[in-house]
Amino acid sequence: MIRPSTANQVVLAAEGIVKRYPGVLALNQVDFAIRSGEVHGLIGENGAGKSTLMHILAGVAQPDEGIIRLDDEPVRFANPREAMDRGISLVHQELNLVPWLSVAENIFLGRELVSGLGLIRSSEQNRQCRTLLADLDATIDPRSEVHRLRVGQQQVVEIAKALSSRARVIFMDEPTSAISDQEVESLFRLIRSLRAAGISIVYVSHKLDELLRVSDRITVLRDGRLVETLEAATADRETIVRLMVGRKLEDLYVHSPAIPARSERLRVNRLTMISRKARRPAVDGVSFSVRGGEVFGIFGLMGAGRTELLESIFGLHPTRTTGTVTIDGQPSDICSPEQALNSGLGLVPEDRKHQGLILGMSVEQNISLSSLAEIESVGLLNARREREHAQRYVEQFSIKTPTVKQPVRTLSGGNQQKVVLSKVLSRQPGVLMLDEPTRGIDVGAKREVYSLVDRLKREGMAIVVVSSELPELLGIADRVMVMCEGRKTAEFDCSVANEEVLMQAAVPGADAEVERGK
Amino acid sequence: MSDKLTIWQHASRLQPLLVLILMIVAMSLLSDRFLTAANGWNIMRQISVNVCLSIGMTMVILSGGIDLSVGSVLALAGAITAGLIKSAVPMPWLGVELQFTTWGAIVCGLIVGWFLGWFNGQMITRLKIPPFVATLGMLSIARGLTMLWTKGFPITGLGEGFAILGTRTALGAPTPVWIAAGLVGLFVVITKKTRLGRSIYAVGGNEQTARLSGLNVNRIKVIVYSLAGVLSAVAGLIMTSRLDSAQPNAGMGYELDSIAAVVIGGTSLSGGRGSVLGTVIGCLIIGVLNSGLVLLDVSPFWQQVVKGSVILVAVAIDRMRESGE
Repeated sequence: MIRPSTANQVVLAAEGIVKRYPGVLALNQVDFAIRSGEVHGLIGENGAGKSTLMHILAGVAQPDEGIIRLDDEPVRFANPREAMDRGISLVHQELNLVPWLSVAENIFLGRELVSGLGLIRSSEQNRQCRTLLADLDATIDPRSEVHRLRVGQQQVVEIAKALSSRARVIFMDEPTSAISDQEVESLFRLIRSLRAAGISIVYVSHKLDELLRVSDRITVLRDGRLVETLEAATADRETIVRLMVGRKLEDLYVHSPAIPARSERLRVNRLTMISRKARRPAVDGVSFSVRGGEVFGIFGLMGAGRTELLESIFGLHPTRTTGTVTIDGQPSDICSPEQALNSGLGLVPEDRKHQGLILGMSVEQNISLSSLAEIESVGLLNARREREHAQRYVEQFSIKTPTVKQPVRTLSGGNQQKVVLSKVLSRQPGVLMLDEPTRGIDVGAKREVYSLVDRLKREGMAIVVVSSELPELLGIADRVMVMCEGRKTAEFDCSVANEEVLMQAAVPGADAEVERGK
Repeated sequence: MSDKLTIWQHASRLQPLLVLILMIVAMSLLSDRFLTAANGWNIMRQISVNVCLSIGMTMVILSGGIDLSVGSVLALAGAITAGLIKSAVPMPWLGVELQFTTWGAIVCGLIVGWFLGWFNGQMITRLKIPPFVATLGMLSIARGLTMLWTKGFPITGLGEGFAILGTRTALGAPTPVWIAAGLVGLFVVITKKTRLGRSIYAVGGNEQTARLSGLNVNRIKVIVYSLAGVLSAVAGLIMTSRLDSAQPNAGMGYELDSIAAVVIGGTSLSGGRGSVLGTVIGCLIIGVLNSGLVLLDVSPFWQQVVKGSVILVAVAIDRMRESGE
């Protein structure tokens, strides 16, 4: 099953890979090489290009420029199937198994063993599957349906599936994000035995400690560029964190000093939200408060619970949320977004297209969505009032659109975001929560968003900004809270914080060090 | 670029109307009995029941749902009203029998329709049953209740007062046409000019955005299904009056004609896009098609094949339009 390996020989290499997405240069001239029988860690901030690079090498996406070499020979993968046939497999973060099929049926999916009559030879599949799983020291019955297995076991099935297609390189995307500590240990044992058998593993994660433990080499990506590849034996946490964030603050941010001695507008006390899927807290006992005239930043890596925190405050998960929210000194029991808006909260959600806008509607219809009562007279929507209502915001925020009747889907990302902001601000909230307000918009529009935030702050609004971009938070916020795995791990005044301390507090397993650092 | 887009959009919005005109021209050329005033009124009267059902169906589909129970609700509402007109309701604990007036019975029929629709809405919003399944259940429940109420026999002989609804004419037009036209006018205004209407489009266009924008999505859905129930009841009353009889199997399969009218009229089955006026044109297209095929002596079997093909073509055009955008 497994070929003998020649140590240090490059199996799979990327040369000068460029990948563009609308408005973003996801990968910029990346050279990346995977040696046979090594565990290669891949790390970077959200949006640094880890997933894109992995997807390109595994055939999920195609590069715009550059070549991929397999055993020194240029290859093109039109789809994941072709990559898999050449021995390159991808184990997804959200596992790609069919829950109602058995383990063996999943492993042989798409290349079933069939008899001369075209019938599937189930017992032969089960037998081969059992041998395969035994090789991995796994005690899983090939006949059990996949949905009955624990997540860690499902992961083993995915790996078995990769091995059954004679994988030589296996990409693992955040493999420990959903499994227990015990399962992490057995995953690491498995990874080591695969390495011993000459199989290369690319381990994509933002969990620095795991990466340092399991990898032979570690590559750091930042802003679509490969920053450096280090030997794990000689690398340390601090170096890697510095490489991950090392960027200059640009003259992009607009930031007035916080207005002192304003009264508190939002207080969140011991907020906990139980996630529906994992039955564990997605937000775990988080407390903070924000004054009027202050921008409060929330930083965290993917899955830290930031979005869930905002959603819980906004009344989206009333049955699974405990803790109290106080607005302008009034304890409020918010059970729906409707109530949240009525209590003076505003939320600009993370996903503009799916949560912020109704793409089939016009600019004016989107802007008036939260304040239909205002444009109503004698029970009917007044077209003139609606137009004027929208016109006001279009002028105020210089939204670039031919008319307010333009379908909102035809606008650029930045202008769409301003439409969402207009909708939320039309309710004149006292507390404005922004979730990744500048994701996927160009630099000019970013600057406009920052100066708008600054203006609202000076007008006395309390503003909460969730962002994955550290420079952005440090550039516009007065204070920053850091979250990791649902918990609040640190809070800093921005005048004393820097990117490295924030990143230290955001990386899982770093609690102890942050305590020491304080 | 944007100019082209709007012209194209206008054209695609007018598409059902163009189809209707083409069909009228074609039918007129094929049969000299088609383009007469009498046949015109005939078609209008025939489609008025479907128009009532389809107004409700349009709102349900605009909100991103579907209602399969309209035909059964039509039957139950008609049967309840007919039963209450025909015979008194004994109330032994009061020692009296309650005899409804014609108007009282009509109101009862409408309340039944509203209640069944409200119940659909509750199943969909509280129990999170998908609309297809919830209303499929209601299709069977309401039909069963109709059978129980009528004991499987038609209720006939409903009197002069009730006959006005379906058989008379006023100012030259049959009353069902007046009722349908009035409801069309009312619901064009409701869907296009009120907060409720805008909210329905928003919920169907993107439910998550609608909720995050502070709309009470569940309440809007319950209202939509309740209105569909009331409109089905109106259709049931018109039909019962016209036949002077409540048939236990009235309205069977009408949900399909209604969905067909909505889809042919350009309303997207995925919600958020379409209009009541489009649906009226859809009803007219089906009406013209039915009438024309009868006048042309096409066999009823072929009529079904033709009708089905028209629906498929309409949906195919809708899909092409959606992917074109």
